[in-house]
Amino acid sequence: MTIKTELMALNIGPHHPSTHGVFRMRVTLDGEVVKDIEPVFGYLYRGLEKLAEGRTYTQNIPLTDRLDYVSSMSCNYGYCLAVEKLASIQVPERANYIRIIVCELQRMINHMIAVGFFINDLGAFGTPIMYMWRERDKLLDLFEMLCGQRFLYNYIRIGGVSHDIPPEFIPAVNKFLDDYIGYHKEMEALLKENEILKARTIGTGVISADRAINTSMSGPCLRATGVDWDLRRDKSYSIYDRFKFDVIIGENGDNYDRYRVRMGELIESHSIVRQALEQLEDLQPGPVRTETPNLLRPPKGDVYVATEAPKGELGFYIVSNGSIAPYRWHVRSPDFINLTALREMVIGGMIADLIATFGSIDICLASVDR
Amino acid sequence: MITTPQEIITRMPASVWQPFDDPLDSGWAVDNFWAHWGLFSVGIIGFVLLVVMGFIWFERRFISPMQLRIGPNRCGPFGLLQPVADAVKVMLKEDIVPNLADKVVHFIAPIAIFVPVLLMFAVIPVHEGVGLIPDLNVGILFVIAVGSIETIAVFMAGWGSNNKYSILGAMRSVAMMVSYEMPMAFAVVAVVLVTGTLSLQGIVQAQTIPFALLLPMAFILYFIGALAELQRTPFDLLEAESEIIAGYHIEYSGMKFAMFYLGEYGGAIIQSALITTLFLAGWKGPFLPPFLWFMIKLFAVFGMIVWIRATWPRVRIDQLMSFAWKYMLPLSIVNLLIVALEVIWFEGDAVTWWLVPINIVICGALLTGWATFFKLRGGPQVES
Repeated sequence: MTIKTELMALNIGPHHPSTHGVFRMRVTLDGEVVKDIEPVFGYLYRGLEKLAEGRTYTQNIPLTDRLDYVSSMSCNYGYCLAVEKLASIQVPERANYIRIIVCELQRMINHMIAVGFFINDLGAFGTPIMYMWRERDKLLDLFEMLCGQRFLYNYIRIGGVSHDIPPEFIPAVNKFLDDYIGYHKEMEALLKENEILKARTIGTGVISADRAINTSMSGPCLRATGVDWDLRRDKSYSIYDRFKFDVIIGENGDNYDRYRVRMGELIESHSIVRQALEQLEDLQPGPVRTETPNLLRPPKGDVYVATEAPKGELGFYIVSNGSIAPYRWHVRSPDFINLTALREMVIGGMIADLIATFGSIDICLASVDR
Repeated sequence: MITTPQEIITRMPASVWQPFDDPLDSGWAVDNFWAHWGLFSVGIIGFVLLVVMGFIWFERRFISPMQLRIGPNRCGPFGLLQPVADAVKVMLKEDIVPNLADKVVHFIAPIAIFVPVLLMFAVIPVHEGVGLIPDLNVGILFVIAVGSIETIAVFMAGWGSNNKYSILGAMRSVAMMVSYEMPMAFAVVAVVLVTGTLSLQGIVQAQTIPFALLLPMAFILYFIGALAELQRTPFDLLEAESEIIAGYHIEYSGMKFAMFYLGEYGGAIIQSALITTLFLAGWKGPFLPPFLWFMIKLFAVFGMIVWIRATWPRVRIDQLMSFAWKYMLPLSIVNLLIVALEVIWFEGDAVTWWLVPINIVICGALLTGWATFFKLRGGPQVES
């Protein structure tokens, strides 16, 4: 006897605890199995790219804060690098180091949130995310000490950073770095070898290296598939060539590998900050910002600068027509492009895997919709 | 046809009215049948409500330091009045019934989920000879039978709400609860084999050694099954917040939601009480009064459940089912066999310290040995 069954269309989001914002998925289900998925974007669309065309180059920096609000510093940084390249502005050495330090700290913040919420999505309610949250809060305190803001910094400016680091900042960062290793081990001890976590993540949400490259994935999601690609090393920008760090890669491109890559990058960022602090101490105090006119008029032309943001390749494409505002301002946001691979990662899996995979991609809806 | 109250009494099993024949023997039992019935009904409802509040407070206070939080600390000393505040809030909320819901089913489900909890408490022994039915001779059978009603209530809620998330939760719950009742029942049968009685009082009396030590395998299997029955982490996937939001009670608000909450925590009390009774020697213990011992063990068992909730992720539905059928069920049957052999070997008196180390070794060997054949990992094992 066969029982007549039919497919069910389920609407996940835009208001759903695990869509990390206002993402919507129209899922076609056969029982618990995902047969099809249609992502619906745009619930957080604010028209930032259009807005930017009516504001000066300096005024656009706060807009980049609101791109990926989980890692604002990295967005500031990518944009400022692009403008500096467009207008051929040199950045003081000291500012370069400060930028690297805050960007790597920002990467740690981002990965803490990504891993914490990923495990939260797997159902480990509360504890892992709070372990991560504790460390993130310390980092936010550091940023508050640095620029008075905990979330939307507007700290990195065209030609440098807004002001020099306060004297108590470096000891505070050092203390954080010293303590962090222990807390990292604690987090690993909590769940790294947990059988349920492994059962849930190994072999789910798999994407092959070929497909990952073809869908233009980047960042930890790409590295988890085994592709050894990191813009910081392979297309070194700023002063990243002065630091020794490993590029963490996975093997299978499943959820577990993405989780492991992020945990590994936490340690790598930790070591980069360490090295940067050591090299910064040898540096003489000096200016942290090249004087640039408030109404910057870059020469005509266009520029595309890609940086390795925590979520992947964050690119800024800016076209200048020589006026005070960009003629065209385009953001290649990494999570948006990583998200396009979601469909082939989840089809054939279960709803639970869909949620876990979605969490493991690590998106920020503000950056997806812009 | 039953017409008079007297007739009801005479048709009841002997153990129900037995205390009234001899009120002096039966501790607190009241001489009059209806007075006894009324007193204990009110007493059980009060007890369950109070302990539910206690559990809610305990869970929130106990889990918060593990999650680096403080927990409720504003209402009353140590936040003790927080459950009261929650209850008042939930009662004042608007009761929303979806337009397309099956109104009758939607209405009955919250009642159907809470009533079995109260029914089960009729036979839970909190003290020697005290209870609505102080010593039901088929006590554990009654508890398992009545406990199954909850499955129906959950499915009623899921179906009646006419919501896709709730039907997903309900489908999961039926699959899960039916699967996990089997190994649980087998674990209970092991206990019954050793004690030779179905009466919960009798089981408590027989435990000169806590059965958690004597029958560690049955204890572990029952504990895992209880987690599933309670829809607790790692088996909380029928109300998985991050997947299907709240599962079967997504469309409930106000007092109806509170009934689900009560049913859920009431179930937690029942399962903790059963674990206490079956495996931790129930109300027995030195120095302290029996009722206090019972409460201490109750909260200790619930503390374990909360601890697990604070740590582990949840499993997936197919892993859950394969865990029940491929891991727990074979082990529970093997355990039953071993216990039966032991009972034969010791000629019916298997409650002896000799068996404790032997059983613990057997339990460890079986659990780890079977685990090498059984793997949760891998992608979804879907049969097309």
